[in-house]
Amino acid sequence: MNKENVIQELQALAAEGMAEQREEASAAPVAEPAGEEEAKPKKALPPEPRRNGVLEVEYAVRGVHLDVQIKGDQVVRAAQILDEAGMTLEAITGVDWMKDQELEVVYDYSYTGGPCFRVVVRARIPRHEPTIPTVSEVFAGANWHERETFDFFGIHFEGHPQLEYLLLPEDCDFHPLLKDFKGC
Amino acid sequence: MDLGINVFEVFIYLVGFIAFAAANAAYLVWVERKGAAHIQRRTGPKEVGPYGLLQPLADGAKLMSKQFIIPEGVDRPLFLLAPIMTMVPAIMIFVTIPFSETILARDFNIGLLMILAFASVNVLALLMGGWASRNKYAVISAARVVSQNIAYEIPMLIIAITIVLITGSMNLTEIVAGQAGGILHWNLLPTNGNFLGPITFIIFFICSMAETNRAPFDLGEAESELIAGFHTEYSSMGFGLFFMGEYANIVIAAALTTILFLGGWYSPLPETIPYAGASSVAWFLVKMYLLIWMVVLIRWTYPRVTLWSLLNLSWKILIPFSLFNLLASAGLVKFLG
Amino acid sequence: MSSQPLSQNQEYFELNLGPQHPATHGVLRVKLLMDGEYIVDAEPVLGYIHRMHELMGENRSWAQYLPNMGRLDYLSALSYNLGYVELVEKMAGIEVPERAEYIRVITTEMNRISSHLLWFGAFVLDLGGFTPLLYAFDDREQILDLLESVTGSRLTYCYYLFGGCYNDVEDDFLSGCLAFIKRMRTRLPMYHNLVTKNVILRQRLEGVGPVSAEMCRKYGATGPVLRGSGIHYDLRKNEPYSIYPELDFDVPVYPEGDSMARFMVRMDEMEQSMRIIEQAIAKIPEGPVMAEKVPKMIKPAAGDYYHAVEAARGTFAIRAVSDGKNQAYRMKLRSPTFSNLSLFQEASRGMLLADGLAFMGSLDLVIPEIDR
Repeated sequence: MNKENVIQELQALAAEGMAEQREEASAAPVAEPAGEEEAKPKKALPPEPRRNGVLEVEYAVRGVHLDVQIKGDQVVRAAQILDEAGMTLEAITGVDWMKDQELEVVYDYSYTGGPCFRVVVRARIPRHEPTIPTVSEVFAGANWHERETFDFFGIHFEGHPQLEYLLLPEDCDFHPLLKDFKGC
Repeated sequence: MDLGINVFEVFIYLVGFIAFAAANAAYLVWVERKGAAHIQRRTGPKEVGPYGLLQPLADGAKLMSKQFIIPEGVDRPLFLLAPIMTMVPAIMIFVTIPFSETILARDFNIGLLMILAFASVNVLALLMGGWASRNKYAVISAARVVSQNIAYEIPMLIIAITIVLITGSMNLTEIVAGQAGGILHWNLLPTNGNFLGPITFIIFFICSMAETNRAPFDLGEAESELIAGFHTEYSSMGFGLFFMGEYANIVIAAALTTILFLGGWYSPLPETIPYAGASSVAWFLVKMYLLIWMVVLIRWTYPRVTLWSLLNLSWKILIPFSLFNLLASAGLVKFLG
Repeated sequence: MSSQPLSQNQEYFELNLGPQHPATHGVLRVKLLMDGEYIVDAEPVLGYIHRMHELMGENRSWAQYLPNMGRLDYLSALSYNLGYVELVEKMAGIEVPERAEYIRVITTEMNRISSHLLWFGAFVLDLGGFTPLLYAFDDREQILDLLESVTGSRLTYCYYLFGGCYNDVEDDFLSGCLAFIKRMRTRLPMYHNLVTKNVILRQRLEGVGPVSAEMCRKYGATGPVLRGSGIHYDLRKNEPYSIYPELDFDVPVYPEGDSMARFMVRMDEMEQSMRIIEQAIAKIPEGPVMAEKVPKMIKPAAGDYYHAVEAARGTFAIRAVSDGKNQAYRMKLRSPTFSNLSLFQEASRGMLLADGLAFMGSLDLVIPEIDR
């Protein structure tokens, strides 16, 4: 597995995403909110990577080697890059950033064929419309992880063959890990 | 007058055999539980009576006091008939088994044939029990039991035929009489004409374990896969009858093996030696219970075989060996005159 | 992968390996579509023991969450304790004294042996051999007594604190461990003679449930499942934590990928754990068992952190997102058996029912860990 190769490809992917995002932002009719959106990353918490980028972080503190943030619809491409590099998908989960009104889907990859290398891939999607493409075509193990994330956050994975409740009962109608879940 | 004495005699034997079968079934459970316990480094029953000897009575009382539940939708006649059909042929077989020269209910000329015929009814009973239970696990188990029993009956019959060939009669008393004179005359060794000798004994022993559904051939009631197999839906005395029937069958299988191979009630030493050489029912019982103890030991030592290896063992190994033995023994008998 | 079109076929029938079953080791339900004795499709249904540990992580402070770790995989609870405690120490920058590290490794490896012993007994019980279970439990009872004298619990341990352990071990414990290892070294050859070399067991396990290394990679399977398919991956060697770099041990790897390979991996791992314990006991230094200054309220810097350890069943990892408070913002627990079981649906197609159960047993399932 060529680490440098992987980093380069992920950087290229993230750059694509950033370019797209800038286009979208400039295409938006109202300038003020777009500017606010662009400004958001600057107000964000310091350790977070800038929007759509690849950061090499300190493994001894963070537990991962590479921290990649990309757009929601690029996750399949990122999974393919890492699959070709021989990595395995350890977990998929979500984080509810209520203040930013966004849901973050986090993918953890690791390398089992040699020296340790861990990559975390994140994608932020809007909270009112949480859909993201599924990576279960690339990694079959993502099937259950995505079902679990759907259980807890209500994130809809497009193209998933069986997006049903996995851990919660079938007749459940709430998503417990959303920050506005008040219990039942 | 004569008829009266005959009827009386038959009646005594009948009660005696039922008592013998029931007592064996009950106390073999004790032997098995204690044996299993000591093999597994624990004690087994020890509270009820000294050394747990009254445990089977307590178990019997418990089983009888439970409710016999008949689930909705089962095939009632078959469901009720299956446990009875397991127990009744087992007791009927006791009529033909000679325990010594004098302890014998009826001396049939075709005693061996009768035993093997009645033993086959057991398969039908298990199939009925599994089918009538309206439970998918029971049906799978019944299917397995039928294929297993059919497969293992064949080598058993072929070896029985070999023994009949050597003795010249199906009469059990005569089969035992042909083995008089010490261990060298037993059918266990090739001296009488049994070509493969001890190997046929082992094959017959394996087949009898498979016929009675004892581990490692207990796919029919595989506890960890099929819960309880064909007797999943039975409670109280329905289960009790299956249980007792299984132990009665084990006793019959051990008795039959003793008669066919181990010289029945004859001592292993020649009759000229006083006391130890005398034939008596005690020798018969000793040999029978040694075989039963081996069956118990084997159950708690080995894991279960897969269905394929079970059937392969029978069709591809045991049957060719027993057929070869039949032909070779015929030749040997001719050679020995 | 819905079984809708398949179940229309009149030849197949549905069998429910229900939540209550002697062989599923916990409350696991598997919906089987059977063609006679063959499995056409197997769909595990989870959630019967789902207790929402991840939400509990958000409602409790970092220290209050410690007991939850013992309830996930109760058979190797100390590995889970270790993973969580090392994560928080990484986040807060707490240094652990060396004696505490050694004690942690000794107790974790003893726990690993006891977990493997229980797996061994229960697995052979599933296959129909009733006796090894009681022998394995006899050995396991000795481990449980030793660990109880130190931690106070027999099963769901909560022994490590941030900065060390809450109790020091005495020489009784260390000599007890050495005596146990000496006895176990005579028992393992007996298990191999009676069980591993038994021809019936070999027939039941060899060639059953082949799992290729590629399949493991796609499903994220780790631990003995991965090592039984030929991949040399053990977090204690690939990503060393605690004092494992200073200890000398091998990682058993078998290339065949069938149930027998996974069986042998776990049996050999018991021997390797014994080596680790012996070396650790020989090297353990004197000193304190708790760090000097452990803050009462732990407020790590905001951001997210990840830590992975090698539990008895594979890679156990925690991803914690902190926003600077005394509670986690998000606590994600990655359980190894969750990924190991997810390959059951694909791998069990066309297997006999008995083989399917042998395969499940060789995956070493603990359902509370899957459901969390």
